Amino acid sequence: MRYLPLTVSDRKQMLATIGARGVDDLFRDVPIKARLKGPIEGLSLHMPEFEVERELAALAAKNVAAGSCPFFVGAGAYRHHVPTSVDHILLRGEFLTSYTPYQPEVAQGTLQYLFEFQTQVAMLTGMEIANASLYDGPTAAAEAVMMANRITGRKRAVISGSLHPHYRETIETMGRMTGFACAAGSPSPFAEENIAARIDDNTSCVVVQTPDFFGRLHDFTALSKICEAKGALLVIAVTEVVSLGMLKPPGAMGADIVVCEGQGLGNNLNFGGPYVGLFACKEKHIRQMPGRVCGETVDAEGKRGFVLTLSTREQHIRREKATSNICTNSGLCALGFTIHLSLLGEAGLMKLAELNHAKACQLAEKLTSVSGCKVLNETFFNEFTLQLPKPASEIVEKLAKLPILAGVPVSRLCPGDKALENLLLVTATELTQEKDMDALIKALTEACR
Amino acid sequence: MSKNSDIAIEAMKASKALMIEEPLLFEQGAEGRMGVDLPAPPAHKPRTGAMRRVGKIGLPGLSEPEVVRHYTRLSQKNFGIDSAFYPLGSCTMKHNPRINEKAARMAGFADIHPLQPTSTVQGALELIDRLAHWLKMLTGMPAVAMSPGAGAHGEFCGMAVIKKALEAKGEKRHKVLVPESAHGTNPATAAALGFAVESIPANEKGRVDLKALQAKLGPDVAALMLTNPNTCGLFEGDIVAIAEMVHKAGAYFYCDGANFNAIVGRVRPADLGIDVMHINLHKTFSTPHGGGGPGAGPVVMAESLAPYAPMPYVVHDAKGFRLIEQAADAGNNKPFGRIKGFNGQMGMFVRALAYILSHGADGLWQVSSDAVLNANYILASLKDVMSAPFEGPCMHEALFDDRFLKDTTLSTLDIAKALIDRGFHPMTMYFPLVVHGAFLIEPTETESKETLDAFIAALRDLAHEAKRGNKELFKAAPHFTPRRRLDETRAARQPVLRWTPPAASTEDGESADDSEPEPRRVQAGR
Amino acid sequence: MGQPRYTKEHEWARIEGDVAVCGISDYAQKAMGDVVYVELPVIGKKVKQGEQVAVVESAKAASEVYAPVDGEIVAVNDVLSKDPGKVNAAAQSDGWFFKIKTAANGNELMDESAYQNYVKGLAH
Repeated sequence: MRYLPLTVSDRKQMLATIGARGVDDLFRDVPIKARLKGPIEGLSLHMPEFEVERELAALAAKNVAAGSCPFFVGAGAYRHHVPTSVDHILLRGEFLTSYTPYQPEVAQGTLQYLFEFQTQVAMLTGMEIANASLYDGPTAAAEAVMMANRITGRKRAVISGSLHPHYRETIETMGRMTGFACAAGSPSPFAEENIAARIDDNTSCVVVQTPDFFGRLHDFTALSKICEAKGALLVIAVTEVVSLGMLKPPGAMGADIVVCEGQGLGNNLNFGGPYVGLFACKEKHIRQMPGRVCGETVDAEGKRGFVLTLSTREQHIRREKATSNICTNSGLCALGFTIHLSLLGEAGLMKLAELNHAKACQLAEKLTSVSGCKVLNETFFNEFTLQLPKPASEIVEKLAKLPILAGVPVSRLCPGDKALENLLLVTATELTQEKDMDALIKALTEACR
Repeated sequence: MSKNSDIAIEAMKASKALMIEEPLLFEQGAEGRMGVDLPAPPAHKPRTGAMRRVGKIGLPGLSEPEVVRHYTRLSQKNFGIDSAFYPLGSCTMKHNPRINEKAARMAGFADIHPLQPTSTVQGALELIDRLAHWLKMLTGMPAVAMSPGAGAHGEFCGMAVIKKALEAKGEKRHKVLVPESAHGTNPATAAALGFAVESIPANEKGRVDLKALQAKLGPDVAALMLTNPNTCGLFEGDIVAIAEMVHKAGAYFYCDGANFNAIVGRVRPADLGIDVMHINLHKTFSTPHGGGGPGAGPVVMAESLAPYAPMPYVVHDAKGFRLIEQAADAGNNKPFGRIKGFNGQMGMFVRALAYILSHGADGLWQVSSDAVLNANYILASLKDVMSAPFEGPCMHEALFDDRFLKDTTLSTLDIAKALIDRGFHPMTMYFPLVVHGAFLIEPTETESKETLDAFIAALRDLAHEAKRGNKELFKAAPHFTPRRRLDETRAARQPVLRWTPPAASTEDGESADDSEPEPRRVQAGR
Repeated sequence: MGQPRYTKEHEWARIEGDVAVCGISDYAQKAMGDVVYVELPVIGKKVKQGEQVAVVESAKAASEVYAPVDGEIVAVNDVLSKDPGKVNAAAQSDGWFFKIKTAANGNELMDESAYQNYVKGLAH
């Protein structure tokens, strides 16, 4: 078997050194009844690479890839072009196959890119410090709420109705399981939410999003002052990280904690994972911040170097008193993010954001020609809510057969709400071509007749 | 010349052959430089209202060649499994097959959106179902939750279903028992869920003290969290009896599957009496460690716990494969909620399935056999010069403590740093906590006998040098690395977590900010 | 100045009138290694003997610090937030953690020689 170097002769010699008669001897502590006599039945046996490739390619072929047809799907995961160099670097064995940098002398590569990553995240979000990443946006949001609970000593999170449902559900699940309350608003693109009215003296934090789930842009500066007056923290979520290339960052609005989904840079759609949660906050909260964190220091010769630091917040030291049970960051995904962002740079990110917005404007303009359809948003970045004359899920299923992947029916994430049934979230990125847009227009016109 | 190019040039001058000095991204590049090309945007009327960013973000601009060089140079300061033997106990640093990477990047897996209509992603759902089937067969358990994003996340999920099951039965059990030797995530997870954690000591054989366990079991205990093989690398031989004790007391048996590599394909945890176990795909099933993640932590469960598994999950019926994403669609199931965005770590599922298909049932049998053989070979070959706290045989990892260093003034850390100079990544140090100055060595099955012999020879030599008092070899180690020992105290006392642009200089070039002197950026010449 | 009395958890208390000045012992600071951070209690907090009131952290470990006597926290050593290394340099003088207003006399705690014997007896 190609990954197993030991030969029959090797095993014989090793058993002799150990003084065992056979490998079974080494398993003598396993209860006899639990010792299988041979490989588990009903499972396939080992395969050469080409057969594995064949099997998996057959499964892959049963999926409609986003690049194979007109594609407008967003709602928290965005299709951007990942430059070819990113993967080539990621696949270097020194990055791909290294472990968490607990021996910093032989991990300065990892540690330096984490330090650079943390700096980039702080810059993008307009915050003072950031960690080395969490699993994804939704879990980062839940961690932000728990951090706010610890800091304020309160246990009630006020959640915007315009927060992506997966973020809200993850926070609410953590609330139910770990013991804090959530007061979530109802999702609606039709009315402005009065979130300030829900903040009371027991509120630890307010969680909002911009661009929000419906694509609308918000300035939370006024809200941040209300939160401050009430002693609550403001948590701002950003699900499309590219938007930070041209929009006012949450830090400039007075956010206390910012969480983002970083997937949009350096990472493929991957059917939902692995993704990368970005987490940034004010420096004064540094000791309450969850997850791994990389810091600058010097070595024995006075040279600048980097190490994991503030570990005493983490599970391997504090055990039951840890800030969180988290053990992993999203290493490779964070690396993809930081490489992509390095290639873009200031000018490139701004250009990319401009291009995304321009494409979405172009699409919104074309959609005005489809009778019965209306773009509800006044403002958006690269995603907006389209109101259709019929249930959006039916139209999406119909168009999927063409195939056109027309967007996400709001009802998929907010089921059972008749007012939202006809709403479709539509996204355009730099990869959306004009002919894709025209194909969508044509198909929608037909389907909405 | 700008300050940036000064720093970049200084670094290049300080580099010698492959001993690379590499400045930060922010110390390189130039304004306006880009490593991508983008077309001009189409004419449009902007719809951003008043929300445009004012001012710069502060990111540096680099071309593609500069970026590729930067990360290539950084990579050359890292050890990976691809570089050298990496025997971190409890981490299972086995070879990461590249077919896994190729498979994960097939467009049909990498370029599909989690919220596409399920009719357009039947292959993806089928893959998740197939991997789930393998995990159930390998563990003997009837159900599996695929969504947790890492091992600790899986632990949370596993303990959460236990909590939910108890609530559904109306039982008020608030304690969780955890062996002293457990990984820190176990008590952290239990505490996060509101359980009071009580420790169970180990006996002199390094296994759970049955008497102590029996004494602590009672109607207020929700679960026992056990790692098997345990963190000392030993199989808990009394595990069936332990399971019976736990069940008799009305509690659940959580198994931490971090050490599954020792028994995969040879022993099914269900046959040992467990109720729920998380599996680390990045350990046993070779998905890459990637410098710290991402992982995946699916959780296998008994029938009694399966109804509480979180959303979303895949179901397979006559109509094909479907995703259950809402509680309303869960039928008789009562999912405790959602713990992560979207559908789970699909990219890791593809890799794990590629690994599993490559090995098959017979290959996996061989994996655990060779993993255990390799660890015992190391234990047998070193126990005369290092001190092993427990009699063998061990399972997939060998544990030593620092008694053999008594009277040398040297520590586990010193040995580890010297091992780096010998070309190996050190083993896990100071874990588990139940022995003093632990060395936990997990070779895995993907290492040749030659590698093990070289490692053994190096450790024998270091043990010899330590005992004969050669302090110099150790105290300044490692000598041959890009950086020498780093000041972790300073990093914790004065945390600097990001680069900041240098303060505006005064006319004569001195910094306007006169706080602590900064570390020398690079060392020119030696 | 009173003589320090010690707890089994390696805290010391020097009782001067009705105030106990408290910290961790020299043995404890050596065992911890370089102290990087100290989490101190709030002034006014009422504490019971043996209750956890502070945390002392090194780069690799965190230890609970328990109140050696009953009473009320009346002062904390602010110097430690800027200079946690003081705990290592002067654990039993300038590196004190907190002061407790107390009615206790500390006689049930170990005196210097009893503590030194205790420490010797800790197997290592």
